[in-house]
Amino acid sequence: MSRSFGTDSTGSTISVCLRFFARYAEVLGTDAVTVELQAPATVAHAVSYVRELLPNGATLPEKPLVAVNLEHVLPHQSIHDGDELAFLPPLAGG
Amino acid sequence: MSYLVHAPIDVARLNSEVSAAHLGGATTFIGSVRRSPEDGPVEAIEYTAYQEMADREFHRIVAEVSDRWPNTRVALQHRLGHVPTGEASMAVVAASPHRSDAFAACRYVVEEAKKRVPIWKKEIIEGGTARWCGNSAERIG
Repeated sequence: MSRSFGTDSTGSTISVCLRFFARYAEVLGTDAVTVELQAPATVAHAVSYVRELLPNGATLPEKPLVAVNLEHVLPHQSIHDGDELAFLPPLAGG
Repeated sequence: MSYLVHAPIDVARLNSEVSAAHLGGATTFIGSVRRSPEDGPVEAIEYTAYQEMADREFHRIVAEVSDRWPNTRVALQHRLGHVPTGEASMAVVAASPHRSDAFAACRYVVEEAKKRVPIWKKEIIEGGTARWCGNSAERIG
């Protein structure tokens, strides 16, 4: 699954792993996909990819909680080849 | 060592991990699966987690306790999987030379865990329905 997302300055792409948990995994029907994004890319580009290209992706919020390589991040955070992005539904531990 | 367990939480073991002769005050928090009029007939909760990140966040929170309350020890566990009503889903024990620090540290762990640790719960309702819990609950069955 590959499609260009992100700004078009170099023509290169990055490969990132997108992981989904709890309700997001249920509505998307998968807990992980590896996708290619046009570089340079941000978390927001990955979110757009999910919302526009994955089945039922539009049901995810426009600004979901996302972690990159186990760290909570904001939408403008840059992402790089090999990164793991986790889409986190509202937390509910305890 | 993981803070996440699938078996019932052993609170006595957590207490023993932090107890010491010089730590005169210990506080224990136990969060349990609730069944109340406002929640409806909840039979159990299924807990899932992004385990690598959850353990990392718990580890950080414990380290933060050491920075904020240097003489305080903390032990905790969060349960995953099927947890029936009335059983503990999370337990935190904080031991300190003084009770004020023990109370504060214990509460800090609980509140930060709820804000930062990627754990989710799905309530299992009598009759076979279920709903995800969080900032916005959704009925799915």
